[in-house]
Amino acid sequence: MKNPYLPYPVRIEDIVVETEDRNLKTFKFTFLNPEDEAKFQYIPGQFAELSVPGKGEIPIGIASSPTEKGYVTFTVNKVGVVTTYLHNMKVGDIMGIRGPLGNWYPWEEMEGKNVVIIGGGFAFTTLRSSIVYMLHPENRPKFKKIIVVYGARNPGLLLYKQELMEWEKRDDIEMHITVDATDDPNWKYNIGFVPAITEQKVKSSEDAYAIVCGPPIMIKFTQPVLEKLGFPPERIILSLENRMKCAIGMCGRCNVGDQFVCKDGPVFSLAKLRTLPPEY
Amino acid sequence: MSTPKVIKKEEWLNVLNGLRKSYKVFVPVKDGDIHLFKELKEGVKANFDYSNTRLSPKGIVYPQSERMFECPLEEGNEGAFILKESPKDFSPQVVVGIRPCDAHGFLIVKRNFDNPQYQDPWWVQRYQATTFIGLGCNEPCPTCFCNAVGDGPFGEQGLDIIMYDVSDSYVLKPVSERGKDLLSDLGGRDASGDEIKAAEDLKASATKKMSTSFNIEPLRSKTQLELFNAPYWEDVAFACINCGTCTYLCPTCWCFDIQDEVYKKYCDRIRNWDSCMFPLFTLHGSGHNPRDKKFQRVRQRFMHKLKYYVDKYGNGVQCSGCGRCVRYCPVNIDIREVCKLMCM
Repeated sequence: MKNPYLPYPVRIEDIVVETEDRNLKTFKFTFLNPEDEAKFQYIPGQFAELSVPGKGEIPIGIASSPTEKGYVTFTVNKVGVVTTYLHNMKVGDIMGIRGPLGNWYPWEEMEGKNVVIIGGGFAFTTLRSSIVYMLHPENRPKFKKIIVVYGARNPGLLLYKQELMEWEKRDDIEMHITVDATDDPNWKYNIGFVPAITEQKVKSSEDAYAIVCGPPIMIKFTQPVLEKLGFPPERIILSLENRMKCAIGMCGRCNVGDQFVCKDGPVFSLAKLRTLPPEY
Repeated sequence: MSTPKVIKKEEWLNVLNGLRKSYKVFVPVKDGDIHLFKELKEGVKANFDYSNTRLSPKGIVYPQSERMFECPLEEGNEGAFILKESPKDFSPQVVVGIRPCDAHGFLIVKRNFDNPQYQDPWWVQRYQATTFIGLGCNEPCPTCFCNAVGDGPFGEQGLDIIMYDVSDSYVLKPVSERGKDLLSDLGGRDASGDEIKAAEDLKASATKKMSTSFNIEPLRSKTQLELFNAPYWEDVAFACINCGTCTYLCPTCWCFDIQDEVYKKYCDRIRNWDSCMFPLFTLHGSGHNPRDKKFQRVRQRFMHKLKYYVDKYGNGVQCSGCGRCVRYCPVNIDIREVCKLMCM
């Protein structure tokens, strides 16, 4: 019988410090067994449990794209027991990954549409996966315009800076990078909160989906902006987080009403969330 | 189904001891003032003179604490940092004397642990290895309400054999193929028409004694938000001390935690029963807690059992009416009253 609790053994291949406060690191893992890699077939928006024997497991969004072969990456914020320990691990260390888990962004529904990606702070990980996936030559023709609004409190807290700069140069993706504030005189991108920049730059909701990931405060103030732009709640897509253990809908703690964030989510439309108790 | 059998009570313990050749046999045992299910061994005395066990028998299939995986945590050791499944025992077992509510409870829990997408390998294999011989309730407790949640004192759901306590004998009726096979091994003689009649009379009189009945249809028709936002939750939760007794005793509460334990450079990943009554159950790493307040946790317990489960599976409530949470709640919170409020 297949055991959904058993992690695949992986090796830490690379560790990148993402932010100036050194609180976010991106871990690149390779699978010890090639057959495990073949089984780990994921879709942008899904997450996995990072499993550190002796410490525990943490649910983290998959930051790499399925179009990137041979490895998976996760960007981890240092907050608790497992993440703090993980931040002190080194290249070559062995641990586990359990997944892929949860649902994904509605890729089939979004085919042939404009896609607006709105991210804030370190909640940009599965959005990064989504952008890389959509920009892949095989996938790019499936979508119309791709617009990205991504903000952080200051430039030092933006994730994946090198890639952001590369995307800035392309003409098949419209980038709007912003920071809440900066004293850098050479900052040539936007200054302002994500909801305000969204209102300025995203001019139309026509034939468009909005995927929104960020801190609760950003989500709260972005929702009315999107609705003002004419996005119906069915086309506003959000990704939730809740404390998890099993991540397969059995241990009972991550529920939002009758839905489990781990198994029925983490991706929900705003329309669906409005039918559920707001316990997240 | 084949004919019911009759076994004299004085022979019953010998029959059960005979079963031990092929099964682990669990029986109710008197322990101080209470009854508990224990494995029948030398020195363990089965006692069927009981209304129900304090703790539900869910732990026979789903232990309160269970080792999942293990591995060494020292570099250079074979298999270091690579979790492997811990050895498990799924040998056949029989639970004898389980009450119909508790057998029904296993069916309710099965929908969680054995679903089309995921199967919990340990729950499923242990459940498959278990045969249930139920004992119908001649004298339901005042706190019992199995009849209100789709069962009854002689309900057969989830059982393989049901026993009727008829004066100095047990009348045993097989209610599944597995039960039929086991009953032919148990022996006994065929029940007479009078004995079958006596058993049926017991069932009828016990059912008449059940006092609680309520219509749970409104649990289906009201929306989750309507019930969630109802004005009574703070009142319902007022006296609650979040002790978690209700969830630990409950045959249909299945929530669990997973913890890594380390001893001498060796890791065991362990799963333990957990409870939605505790704030840590939902605490985020950031410090945010979606169910920070006591009343939110109390509301979650009732909403899960009486609404979310109803919506998710379309198969009634997540409650088998055993009444343990009513009997043992230190502050007298009564799920029947809460259910009535929700249905009003």
